[in-house]
Amino acid sequence: MRDPFPGSPLRSWKNHLSRQVAVTMKKIFLFFCLYLLFLPGLGRALEVPPLRGYINDYADMISSGAEAKLEEELKAFEQSDSTQVVILTVPSLQGDPIEDFGIRVVEAWKIGQKNKDNGIILIAAKEDRKIRIEVGRGLEGRLTDLLAGRIIDLVITPRFKRGDFDGGFQAGAAALIDAVRGEFKVEETKGFSARKGHPLFPFFLFGFFFLLFLGSISRILGGIAGFVGLPALVHWALAPLGFLGWLITALIGLFLGFILPSLFSTGSSTQKGRTSARGGFFSTGDGGWSSGGFDGGGFSGGGGSFGGGGASGSW
Amino acid sequence: MKKRTGRLPALFWILVLLLGLGGCGYNTIQTNEEAVKAAWADVEAAYQRRNDLIPNLVEVVKAYAKQERETLTAVVEARAKVGSVQMTKDLLEDPEAFAKFQAAQGAMTSALSRLMVVVEKYPELKSNQNFLDLQHQLEGTENRINVARSRYNKAVEVFNSSIRTFPNNLTNKFLLHLKLKEPFKAEPGAEKAPTVKF
Repeated sequence: MRDPFPGSPLRSWKNHLSRQVAVTMKKIFLFFCLYLLFLPGLGRALEVPPLRGYINDYADMISSGAEAKLEEELKAFEQSDSTQVVILTVPSLQGDPIEDFGIRVVEAWKIGQKNKDNGIILIAAKEDRKIRIEVGRGLEGRLTDLLAGRIIDLVITPRFKRGDFDGGFQAGAAALIDAVRGEFKVEETKGFSARKGHPLFPFFLFGFFFLLFLGSISRILGGIAGFVGLPALVHWALAPLGFLGWLITALIGLFLGFILPSLFSTGSSTQKGRTSARGGFFSTGDGGWSSGGFDGGGFSGGGGSFGGGGASGSW
Repeated sequence: MKKRTGRLPALFWILVLLLGLGGCGYNTIQTNEEAVKAAWADVEAAYQRRNDLIPNLVEVVKAYAKQERETLTAVVEARAKVGSVQMTKDLLEDPEAFAKFQAAQGAMTSALSRLMVVVEKYPELKSNQNFLDLQHQLEGTENRINVARSRYNKAVEVFNSSIRTFPNNLTNKFLLHLKLKEPFKAEPGAEKAPTVKF
């Protein structure tokens, strides 16, 4: 449609207005999305604070000197045993039972190595005067609920009662470390031996041959199949895709469907074409589909799981 | 040329079938059911753990608080009742049997919490090291039960919605024939398992 008043102030004003409206709409939409994102958390009293390091002293209970020393100790322990011991202090539980808060913390932080589940979190709530030790599944055999309870009762609580928080955390951490030392060791051959074929690998291999087959009949058919097939496969088999993901994978699929047959159909014998196709897929497949390895460099949990083991106490 | 156009619809249908296989949720449903089973194993283990603690607990309490015969008997009876509930394979799919199981465990929970209230009257029992140890174990077990139950319910929710939503419901209807799984329902008094507060 043509504008009846080209260049008139009315038009620019209209433009401005519509832009303004668009921006506002965008903001409202974003806000709405954020609201939806945090909706499950709204009913809860206390949110899990972000993981900052081995010592997460949100309630300022530990002096900086002791904190540095503890941090050093816990780091050294992880380097020797791969077991992660983390301390969290919060000012108040805001009415939550410490067990509920504890399980939310472990689910959010995932302390401990994956498959070893060797994480321990010592949580203290200052105003509530409550302590909890959360024990990862892999350590439940050594650090039983009973032992965790005794560490709280006999090691930590007496010191906390005297107001000696530094001493309580240090002695408590030392007791926890002593309890689980030697249960796990750091693996030297990390990464290489653990590398396995993706469970979806056959899927993609099948899809690949299908694409090759269709593409060798007709380029356009191959292109269409790739355009539709690849995003669909990734979406349903690997991870749900957003619109952009669909678009990108569809374009990749289109490209693959177009280019693959010309790459592999030059050989006169199909046998030869297939074997080389296989080799090609293997080499790209390894780099392309393996996810993971987005370590930020900072401290993070290794994906350990917890089953509610541990003990609580108060001082 | 003619041959190619004849082949196209057939290929089209193969393509549709292929995409359909990926999209019909066959694998998703299987994975979700395994997750429910794993979560249920944790629930069972946690309840079993509590059951194993009870004889020791009863012994220790008996030594200090003989007068509380009634409360102790209630615990022992509740334990016997829990043991009598048949743990059949299709417990998770049978609402009636599941309700029975939950009721028996709920009775156990309330019998135990009554015992723990009664114990408050006996200071020398409360300072007994054996009792303190058992208390920690019991507390830990109740917490595990809670965690296992809520995780089980989450897994059931995922599974149930995965067999009810389109197109997975068709897959389930024609291929898998899996039934909806029962979640734990909140019950007055028993939904808050760690009422065993000291």
